[in-house]
Amino acid sequence: MNRFPTWKYALIALAIALAFLYTLPNFFGESPAVQVASAKSTVRMDPGVVARIEQALQGANLPASGLVMDPTGVRVRFADTDTQLRAKDAIDRALNPDPKDPAFSVALNLLSASPNWLSAIHALPMYLGLDLRGGVHFLLQVDTAAAITKRVENLAADLRTQLRDKNIRHGGIAREGQTVRIRFREAATRDQGRAYILNNIADLNVAERDDGQNLLLVCTVKPEFQKRVMETALQQNIQTLHKRVNELGVAEPVIQQQGADRIVVQLPGVQDTSRAKEILGRTATLEVRLVDEEAMRTGSTFGDDVFPERRRDGTIGQVPVKKQVYVTGDQFIGASATFDQDQRPAVAVELDDAGGRTMRQVTRENVKHLMAIILFEKGKGEAISVATIQSEFGSRFQITGAFTPNETRDLSLLIRAGSLAAPMEIIEERTVGPSLGRDNISKGFHATLWGFTAIVVFMSIYYLVFGLISSLALAVNLLLLIALLSLLQATLTLPGIAAIALTLGMAIDSNVLINERIREELRGGATPQAAIAAGYERAWNTIFDSNVTTLIVGLSLLMVPGAVRGFAVVHCLGIMTSMFSAVLVSRALVNLTYGHRRRVARLAIGNTTWK
Amino acid sequence: MEFFKIRRTIPFMRYALIFNVISLITFIAAVFFLVHRGLNYSIEFTGGTLIEVGYHDAAKVDAIRQALEKAGYKAEAQNFGSSREVLIRMHLEANQSSSDVAQKVMGVLKQQDPSAELRRVEFVGPQVGRELVDLGLVALLVTAVGIVCYLWLRFEWRFGVSGIIANLHDVVIILGFFAFFQWEFSLPVLAAVLAVLGYSVNESVVVFDRVRENFRKMRKASTPEVIDSAITGVISRTIITHGCTQMMVTTMLIFGGQALHYFALALTIGILFGIYSSVLVASPLVMWLGAKRDQFIKPTHRGRRDEHEGAVV
Repeated sequence: MNRFPTWKYALIALAIALAFLYTLPNFFGESPAVQVASAKSTVRMDPGVVARIEQALQGANLPASGLVMDPTGVRVRFADTDTQLRAKDAIDRALNPDPKDPAFSVALNLLSASPNWLSAIHALPMYLGLDLRGGVHFLLQVDTAAAITKRVENLAADLRTQLRDKNIRHGGIAREGQTVRIRFREAATRDQGRAYILNNIADLNVAERDDGQNLLLVCTVKPEFQKRVMETALQQNIQTLHKRVNELGVAEPVIQQQGADRIVVQLPGVQDTSRAKEILGRTATLEVRLVDEEAMRTGSTFGDDVFPERRRDGTIGQVPVKKQVYVTGDQFIGASATFDQDQRPAVAVELDDAGGRTMRQVTRENVKHLMAIILFEKGKGEAISVATIQSEFGSRFQITGAFTPNETRDLSLLIRAGSLAAPMEIIEERTVGPSLGRDNISKGFHATLWGFTAIVVFMSIYYLVFGLISSLALAVNLLLLIALLSLLQATLTLPGIAAIALTLGMAIDSNVLINERIREELRGGATPQAAIAAGYERAWNTIFDSNVTTLIVGLSLLMVPGAVRGFAVVHCLGIMTSMFSAVLVSRALVNLTYGHRRRVARLAIGNTTWK
Repeated sequence: MEFFKIRRTIPFMRYALIFNVISLITFIAAVFFLVHRGLNYSIEFTGGTLIEVGYHDAAKVDAIRQALEKAGYKAEAQNFGSSREVLIRMHLEANQSSSDVAQKVMGVLKQQDPSAELRRVEFVGPQVGRELVDLGLVALLVTAVGIVCYLWLRFEWRFGVSGIIANLHDVVIILGFFAFFQWEFSLPVLAAVLAVLGYSVNESVVVFDRVRENFRKMRKASTPEVIDSAITGVISRTIITHGCTQMMVTTMLIFGGQALHYFALALTIGILFGIYSSVLVASPLVMWLGAKRDQFIKPTHRGRRDEHEGAVV
């Protein structure tokens, strides 16, 4: 009765062998590597890039110990950090001949040192969380209301032009919060305006109002529009963050949406938080507008925005600028620091098609007028360039102003990286130094190791052969758990390590239940073989019930983000592996030990002679 | 080896009232401290900034405190783990929304002692903390409801209700300890508290399982007798299992360092009270609620759980 069919043994052996295979990469450690990724959406990673990298390394006489290419980029491994550093420079020089406008991001990274055949079957080491490997974690809150306000402002500007074009006379258009109010003098024109808006601008709801002096049309944006703006704002911010992180040269960054209006950014290995924060957090955007020259003459700036202007002579002036925005930051597709014909620092920029078209039209209609380029940063605008339009121009032009070469470099980086659709604020930050990460790993490892050893020693003394079998089953449990974590690439954090330890401590419960049951059966007078069978059978109900209740807890813990989730994931996986190992694996071992003998006089499970 | 040679059934239920009174008193004390002192929430819940700094030599905490005060920061500084590490904690100021503080503080400390090395920064804005408290409570609720439902399905509603009362009582007592000693209540501690909930329910399930089995086996016995024999039957396993888990938790206390200290501490209290509550609180409750033999021998839909039909392993 205590024999498994051969296929069952084979299946268990196969599971253990697979688990061993997938646990293997964790033992190889990491080797220094250089990671190359595309820094521009127009640049593709292809075999040509690999050839260029190989050539560069050969040219510099730097031997690589491995090269992997996947859709995210190319990774080259090196024997030591010295070669890695020199290789990074060599590759950077070869791939980015123009350091001002890099096409590839070249970053230092650590790669698993496991052999390639393991990586080929997707056997990767466990994915360590930031608290174990060091790095920066940001949680950013996107101010979606600001994005909506901005879009409403644009809608108001559009309305102004369109109503003027259609010759619908109104007494002023103003944005108030997220609504646009249009004043009319006569009911007839208001009806005209209302009809026009309803027919042409689908995003607005229109209501008629009367404030005693004027007839009003109050336009509010539709909820779908708000939702759309929020979603696109978030997407654009994520894209922008991606580009900026690429500029920073971080290997394996994580940039994800969390909830409706939050973004998580994780930069493993980055130590210089202040620089990371500066680059990520800059909410700079550019706007191209026209200067209100009439207001400059008369001094009446009603209906204009007034921005400070930094002049070449070092003074700060004030410049009135019309509200209509022609080109915004997201329409810039390229920028590099350069010098103008007078050898003054300038930024050469390139616009996308739509931006180029608008620019051509605006410059054609406004030759000899003043154009201003406004830089918005941290909610404040500054006219960085006010210049007379000399002639019509299109998608390529230079921004000149009172810049230093450093400023033009920063500015071009910001323009290249794109603008944020909505301002963001850091609401959670976590930085872990690399030494602390290493400490955490070794502490977690030691706690688990010694706890495990203590349990093995105790079980083997108390339950003899059955204790040894229980300990082996527990070791298999650990193996399966680590294999599963490696396979799923679930993030392992310090609470996750604690969960491994705790799960092992709890998993032994199943074996204690079984062993106690077997002893009880023996005391009750059952034969050894019958006691084993009955012990396992009777204990199973209890084991199942108690594991399900523990699993209920584990699953509800998954709801709480952060440390708790890191704990819960491992805990849940551990409960499942423990059911397999404690019941199936230990039974298989018991069967192999006792089940195939013809006669078993007594079981080595400790003293059961007393009644 | 054998620790427990129990030849007679121990009459646990004779003392049921005493155990329940002890529980009630501990529980009330825990609630009192929770209300009176409150929990010492970590900045993950309250929002604020936490900076861990490592030094070459022993850090002069007083000097650090003074330097920070002079620079205009309201900060608590204390040794953390070893004498070379310092933890600086700052609560959220009214309109401080950005996380620049850490950089500025590091500037001050570096000026004072160039060997200061930033080991860890945590900044949590106010909105995140509030959400965490809510989510933690929701998780607790979902767990409680889930467990009651499962025990109800597998056993009987009386078992579900007494199981959850006994185990929530553990949770409250752990929280009471944290309130009394003003230990820091952080996210890992929350995880530990909820894990304890599952762990001690697990313990109750083992006893309940035996109770169910004995109700079927011991046809003539009264309810207290059935429960007594069930507890006596599993007590040896209870103590060994918990001993093993506690060994693991103890090594965590010893080797796990500061980061796991309170986590392991919460588990230790939880394990101790888990044994007590599931054996000596849950079972009497089942008895008070009126569990009887005939609730388990309805042959129609309980038939599947027949003794002879062991689960296929």
